[in-house]
Parts: sequence; C-alpha cells; structure tokens
Amino acid sequence: MKLKSIALAATASALWATLPAQAQTEIQWWHSMTGALGDRVNEFANGFNASQKDYKVVPVYKGAYPESMTAAIAAYRAGNAPHIVQVFEVGTATMMSAKGAIKPVYVLMKESGLKFDPKAYVSAVAGYYTDSKGNMLSMPFNSSTPVFYINKDAFKKAGLDPNVAPKTWKEFAAVAGKLKASGQDCVYTTGWPSWVHVENFSAWHNLPIGTLENGIGGVNTEFKINSPAHVAHIELLAGFAKNGWFTYAGRRNEAEAKFFSGECAMLTSSSAAQANIRKNAKFDFSVNFLPYNDSIKGAPQNSIIGGASLWVLGGKKPAEYKGVAQFFNYLSQPELQAKWHQETGYVPITNAAAELTKASGYYEKNPGTDVAVKQLNNKPPTANSKGLRFGNFVQGRTVIEEEIEAALAGKKSAQQAMDDATARGNDILRKFAAANKGG
Amino acid sequence: MEKRVVLRSPWLPYLLVAPQLAITVIFFFWPAGQALWFAFLRQDAFGLSAEFAGLDNFRDLFNDSAYLASFQVTAVFSLLVAVGGIVLALLLAVMADRVIRGALAYRTLLIWPYAVAPAVAGVLWGFLFAPSIGILSYLMKQMGIDWNWVLNSGQAMTLVVIASIWKQISYNFLFFLAGLQSIPRSLIEAAAIDGARPFRRFWTIVFPLLSPTTFFLLVVNIVYAFFDTFGVIDATTQGGPSGATQILVYKVYEDGVKSADLGGSSAQSAILMLIVITLTVVQFRFVERRVNY
Repeated sequence: MKLKSIALAATASALWATLPAQAQTEIQWWHSMTGALGDRVNEFANGFNASQKDYKVVPVYKGAYPESMTAAIAAYRAGNAPHIVQVFEVGTATMMSAKGAIKPVYVLMKESGLKFDPKAYVSAVAGYYTDSKGNMLSMPFNSSTPVFYINKDAFKKAGLDPNVAPKTWKEFAAVAGKLKASGQDCVYTTGWPSWVHVENFSAWHNLPIGTLENGIGGVNTEFKINSPAHVAHIELLAGFAKNGWFTYAGRRNEAEAKFFSGECAMLTSSSAAQANIRKNAKFDFSVNFLPYNDSIKGAPQNSIIGGASLWVLGGKKPAEYKGVAQFFNYLSQPELQAKWHQETGYVPITNAAAELTKASGYYEKNPGTDVAVKQLNNKPPTANSKGLRFGNFVQGRTVIEEEIEAALAGKKSAQQAMDDATARGNDILRKFAAANKGG
Repeated sequence: MEKRVVLRSPWLPYLLVAPQLAITVIFFFWPAGQALWFAFLRQDAFGLSAEFAGLDNFRDLFNDSAYLASFQVTAVFSLLVAVGGIVLALLLAVMADRVIRGALAYRTLLIWPYAVAPAVAGVLWGFLFAPSIGILSYLMKQMGIDWNWVLNSGQAMTLVVIASIWKQISYNFLFFLAGLQSIPRSLIEAAAIDGARPFRRFWTIVFPLLSPTTFFLLVVNIVYAFFDTFGVIDATTQGGPSGATQILVYKVYEDGVKSADLGGSSAQSAILMLIVITLTVVQFRFVERRVNY
C-alpha cells in the first residue's frame, strides 16, 4: 500500500515537473565526450538552458566518434535525426559532400539574424571546416593536436634530466634505452596511431599525406603515405616495438590510461588528454613538442588538428534552427571558450578566447598548456600542413591502422605495410569519388 | 497413422498463420531484400543519391585482400570454436554423467554460462585478459609471457576463441548429457562383462551412439561461430589487430555500420547469405541420410 502511494506520488510529481518543459523547443545534441569532458558538455547545455526559457538543449552521449556519426546518419535516413551532431575531423569530407542532409552553419547563422563573424575563429581551426568558397559549414567545437608527454619522475629514476624531453627521434632512442635499463617495463606508448604517426608525422615534416593539398583540393586525391620518409618512420617504430621500447595500446586513446597510471613513461596523444592526466597522474609530468626526424630538411613544420566540430542536420523546423543558432552564439562567448580551453587542453577556437587566456597569465601559471597552440603555429602552414580532407576517411584510417599493426607485429615489412595502406586507401578514395560525383 | 485436422474455410489457415508471416516478411524478407538490392547500388552515406552499379561492389570485394583474409579468419575461428567447444563439452558431460552425489549442483553450474549474453562474455574475458589490468595477464607476465593481444594476432584469436567456447559450452553440455542418459545401461554393462575397459567402452559404444548429437552440435556450433560471436568480438578485439579476428559478419558491420559503405557491406551480406544457404542444404541432406530417428 505504502509503496503504491509513493509510486503514485512520484509519477504525479514527475508529470508535474515535465509540464513546463512542454512549452520549450527541445534541441537534441549528440556527442562523444566522456569523463571530465562529458561533464563540461553537460555544463554547457545546463548553462544555456538556464540563460533563457524558449529552448532546451539535450546532450546525449551516443558512443565514440565513429558510432555517433553512424548513428546520426542512420537517424537521418530514418527521418529522426538530431539537430546537432559532433563529428570528428575524419568524417568532415563525408559530411561536406552530404548537401541537403546538412544545414551549413553560415546559412543557419544568416537566417537567424544573429551576429556571426567567421573571422572571429582561429584560422588554423576554422579552415578545416570551410569550403572552397570560404563558407563555414560546421561549428568548430573541440580541436586538439597530438603532443608528447613525459613522466618526469620516471626520467629522474633513470638518471635523466627530467626537464629535458627528447626533441628528435634520435634523442628519443637514447632516452628510451636508459628508461628500459632503469627497469621501466613500458617505455613509450601512443594514442591514435594513424593520426599521430602518419597524418601529423606528415605535416610535422612538411610531407604530403595525399595529392591535391591532402584532398582539400578535390575528391580525386590519392594517398602518398608510402614515401621513404614515411616508411622509415614506421620502420623505426617497429624497431622500438621489437626492443620493448614501444608498447602498442590500441587505435583510440587507450594509451592515455597507460601513461597516467604510471605504467608507461612517455606518451604521444591528443593535447586534450591533459584534463584526464592532470586528474589521475600521481607523478610530475611535462607536455612537449612531438619528436621529429632531424634528417628531414625543414622539420619541424607545424602539426595539424584533430578533434571534432558540430554539424547541424537538415530537415528541421525554423524555430528549432533558431534555437540551434542561439546555442552556437552562447557557445562562442570568449569566457566560455577560454574556460573550455584551459580545463580540457583543447586549443582555443576563437581569437578572443586565445587572447583572454594569454592576458589572464594562465600560461605562466600552468606550464605546458600552451604547447599545443605553439606547435600548431610553429611555422606558417604549407599545402602539406594545412589539414586534410579525404572521403570516407573513417574507413581509410582503419586501413592505415591495420597496416601499422601488421608492421609493428612483424607480420609485414614497413615498406609492404605502407604500400598496402596506400593501395587500399586509394581504393576507398576512388569508391567515394564515384559515389559523390556532385561534391 | 497420421492425424489430420480439417479446416472448413479455405481462408482460415492463412488467417491463422498471417501474424507469423507478417513478422517474417517485415523483419526478415524486407530487410534481406533491401540488402540484396543495395548490393547492386552505389550510394553515398546519407542515401541522397544512388545509382545502379551492376557487379562493381562484388568485383571490388574480391579485389580487396582484407576481404579474402576475412574468409580464412572465419574458417580458422569457426573450426576452433566448434571443435574446441564440442570436445570440452563432451568431456564435461561424460564426467558429469558419472557423478552421483551433488549431480544437480554440478549440472547447474555447468549450464550457467548459457544465460550470459555474448557481449557480456566478451567483456568478462576481455577484462580478465586486459593487457594492463587483467588478472590473467598479470599472471602470464609473472610467467614471462609478453601478453598484448592488442598487437599480437595469435593472442587476440586465442582470447576470442576462449570467450566464444566458454559461452557455448553449456549448450553443448546439455545435449551431450541428454544423449548420454538415453544410452541403454544394458549395452554398457554387457560390454563391461565382456571385459571392455572404460575407454574402450566409450570409444566403441558410447561415442558412435552419440554421433547424431555430435553432428547436430557441429552444425549448431558452426552457425554460432559464424554469427552469434559478433558480441564477443565487438566487446574485445573489434576485429583487430590488423584484421586478425575480423570474421565475415564483423566485416559486414565494420564496413556498413562504422564506415557507411553500404554497397560493399550489402554485397558482403549477400555472399554471407549464399554461404549460409549452401551450408544448410548440405547439412540437411547429410543429416537426413545418416541419422535414423
């Protein structure tokens, strides 16, 4: 009896609580942020919802990047797509070609009548999501770049100077040997193998990933990742793996936990790993530029971004689009952006946020937090280091990762693996070009 | 003597099976037909444009070394799962059959894993064998084995085979136990009186009498390894490293769902459908001929 009346009361109050929400327009936002980052996303939505009464942004975690993108595409085909979906940078070309399925951000903002200046966004970031006519198609959200983390305590234990991180892969090898000798079981590991060791390796050494400015110039691009420099780098990694200096951890960010738990002494992964590392590491660490190969002339160049942007899907009501535009406007506030950058390790995406952070003296107080920005702006970007745009690169990246794994496991030579990655990747590009002739 | 129920109205039988038919058509024939149709189309991820591509998708598949490798992986994987699962289950069933005290408790424990979903089985074994934190990985490291299935393909295969066998062993066990208990005691006793030792009794009497059960289980286990192990693989290796555990059905998912290549993925499922039809026909013919009910 008692239970029943409690249940009734609970249902009644739940109904009551949902009543006022009926008047609001709901905006579905699908994202892929977990842990500390997921908390920030919820904060954004709550802050926006509290700031006005007409719209309610509902953030929904839809799985990792590939899953949430697939879910959004499937939902679009079924006619119940979310309003906003966070798509990682490898999905950019696919989204861009889907004319009609997406609502370009520049159109959205123009229709809403809100003030919108694409120049307010950091060009290295916004350029990624801008078409050849200079129109911004999606909203930059979380952009990062791979950086190099070292465990200073482990360096000390190995008798190395903890304040000096290896700058080149040659120096890296010397350090790795000493760390191993000091009893460090896992010396080095990496997150996102293709992004760090193929895509950013190319930009960092001013080498093309593909023809036509890494695909930005059109869908008829071809991969160029079996050059002698690329092969030499994969060979180097395979050698490290054989020596026990490099522990492969997986294709996503599995490596980050191996670093902050203290298991591995060095890590290359997203600058956005800083939030989790700072929260979990029980040792002193530093953030550094990626090591480079000093036998390649002109290196280091600049690194390229990864991360994701927010795409707006087509076929929604004008009132809903108005809410999305207001939400984007809310997100672009300098204070909010500066906080996002400082708390997560993602790079600032608006110039105002970058300046605000600099002026506040944040970088002096928190050494290492500016490394990602400095590395992105190390030199003026070239055609090889502006970014990349390959069709169906979700599949393309999987192919590259499969081949890297084969090389690291010693199943294939580095040359064979990169030749196969190039050939298989080009097959995917041809298929994409055939299916997206209009784009 | 056959019993027949005669229905007066010619429409009544159709009406009675209509709900079942509707479910089959909506949830099986319709999507299957759509997959077949997609196999001959070239379309973008959002389905905004589609054009007839003829056999292009199939030609691309057979030029793809990863697809051909997936056939080999599937063959090795299903053989290991089916044979491993059957042998272990038979061993357990023979031993459980001899237990007199607490037999029910043994049987319940052995049947337990069947209630576990494949994905859960995958997560469970994935944790035990996790390279950094798994308790079994820790023990292996103590023994000096470099355990990292994220990179080592043999180890990855071992992991998914163990998890898949473990999940299916209860099912096999149940059928073997039932089979063992239906063998007349008098046959075994007669052999014992003639001086046949336990192993010989098993090999010359019990095993041949179990052969219909074994054959049935072989069929069921191969089908299980082909399709139902998806959850195990998705929860652990996700087809990696470098495609070493990418069985055919996982590749359909990887290309179709994760990579939005609907044409290629549909072509793969059409081929998979063909394989299953062939397997079923061969097996039924074989079963019909060999087994006396």
